[in-house]
Amino acid sequence: MNLHYHVDGDAFIAAGEASSQVKKVLKQLGIAPHTIRKIAISMYEAEMNMVLHANGGDIHVEITPHKICITLKDEGPGIPDLELAMQEGYSTASQEIRELGFGAGMGLPNMKKYSDELSIRSEVGKGTEVEIIAWLP
Amino acid sequence: MQTYLHSVTLRPEKCKGCTDCIKRCPTEAIRVRNGKATIINERCIDCGMCIRVCRHHAKRAVTDPLSQIRKYKYKIALPAPTLYAQFKELQDVNFILTLLRKIGFDSVYEVAKAAGRVTEMSKSLFQSLNKRPVISSACPAIVRLIQIRFPSLIENLLPIMSPMEVAARISKQQAKALGYKEEEIGVFFISPCPAKATDVRNPLGIEKSYVDGVISIRDLYLELLCYVKEVSPETIENLQKSTYDGIQWAMSGGEGKALGIDKYIAVDGIENVIRVLEQVENGTLGDVDFIEALACIGGCLGGPLTVENSFIAKSRLQRLKKHEQKHKQFINSLRDWDLSFSIQWSKAVDSKPVLTLDKDMQKAMEKMEKLDKIYSTLPGIDCGSCGAPTCRALAEDIVRGQAHIEDCVFMLRRRVIEMAQSMVQLSKKLSFPTMGQIKKENEQ
Repeated sequence: MNLHYHVDGDAFIAAGEASSQVKKVLKQLGIAPHTIRKIAISMYEAEMNMVLHANGGDIHVEITPHKICITLKDEGPGIPDLELAMQEGYSTASQEIRELGFGAGMGLPNMKKYSDELSIRSEVGKGTEVEIIAWLP
Repeated sequence: MQTYLHSVTLRPEKCKGCTDCIKRCPTEAIRVRNGKATIINERCIDCGMCIRVCRHHAKRAVTDPLSQIRKYKYKIALPAPTLYAQFKELQDVNFILTLLRKIGFDSVYEVAKAAGRVTEMSKSLFQSLNKRPVISSACPAIVRLIQIRFPSLIENLLPIMSPMEVAARISKQQAKALGYKEEEIGVFFISPCPAKATDVRNPLGIEKSYVDGVISIRDLYLELLCYVKEVSPETIENLQKSTYDGIQWAMSGGEGKALGIDKYIAVDGIENVIRVLEQVENGTLGDVDFIEALACIGGCLGGPLTVENSFIAKSRLQRLKKHEQKHKQFINSLRDWDLSFSIQWSKAVDSKPVLTLDKDMQKAMEKMEKLDKIYSTLPGIDCGSCGAPTCRALAEDIVRGQAHIEDCVFMLRRRVIEMAQSMVQLSKKLSFPTMGQIKKENEQ
């Protein structure tokens, strides 16, 4: 089955709602709790990135008995150096913001940690597409 | 399959079939069917929210009457510290404990004292766990909420017995040491909430509860008041063994404070707890090591079976802190009775996937698609007239075969209009040969 969500970039108050909805659906489908938690963490992170950096975008969720595939597409600024962005601790946040406890540079590494497969395609000036896959036992 | 036993029940004769309870139930466990509320047993966590919100007092908690204690030769009262806060001019806990003796209990073992024990054990257990944040298991309604709505967080629960259970075990041991036989000893918890009554009948994390009965604070309050006049300063017995650390478990923040963990949050009110647990599930709660989560606002002091409002009750308990100095001697005596049993959970707490649409995932997906389709046709105003708390819940009930689309008054209206219109359409197509005949005959 398929689910679609449109995420507004200017509505921080609604950020994370798509992840919440998906979590609810997965619980009703009887997906194992630890799988749901993994997906919740990685999808929430990706959704927030989309709101914070790319002015929102679209989320597509495909669920089959074998896997859950979440695709997040935005038309934001893109990621110039993906390899660098994937490194733990790398952050685009300023020193001041980091001192406040934000932008620890764990977002993308956490997404990788909590997904079975993660692929990111990004083009500067065009946008980013993130694909998170969780295999079901 | 385990059977679900509940303390919260409905008195149908008092139920008006309004939507107050269905709207506030945190697990969407109530539906109005045929004009009466019905509780879906598998989903109820006995939080008592419906008891609180029902204007018609149609929801109640089934607890034991005081007369039940007469069945036992040696009667032990386990008062929750919340009981102390129900009385005006509370200065001496001994006064209330003496009242309990007057009313017929042979001995009193304070749950607040056991809470002191549990605090000590929790400290070391907390260090040995590698999960963070650790979630308190003190509130049984919250543990049940996690079983149903947040199964992935079961592993974050602090796997330790409740102070009530520890108090029951120690007090039974003490009674046996006095020479009483197991069956002669009756241990009664004096409870601020229905979740505790359920916890005794259907315990979490342990095989069997050592509590023999649960009496609600509300029921006992009036009976205790009758004895107030009989207690004078000279006749107050010196029974208190608890410290303020244990007593403060009754209020939100008490357990966390007693544990002395720096990064702890105390969340009270089940709706607030749900929001925080959502965050834990998303991994966005931040650096918190311990969550004390209580279903009632104000903690146990706000329990649905209490008498006094929780704010006054809190103020009263806090005043007891002044007497803390007096209690210092008891802190040293905390270890006077060594625990001869482990107070860690001996049984796994399972998830209860009652929200799942179907055991078979393929079928669950088909139902989910159908659910989404039905939901998209519903008005989406969550009026509750159908008897389900939200339009989404109605769509779910339809998919489960427990309701039909015409339960929605708006859908029913649309159907009626459509039917009326098609009747009109139909009438236009029809000719009336017999009537024509009659007319002709009349003309002649």
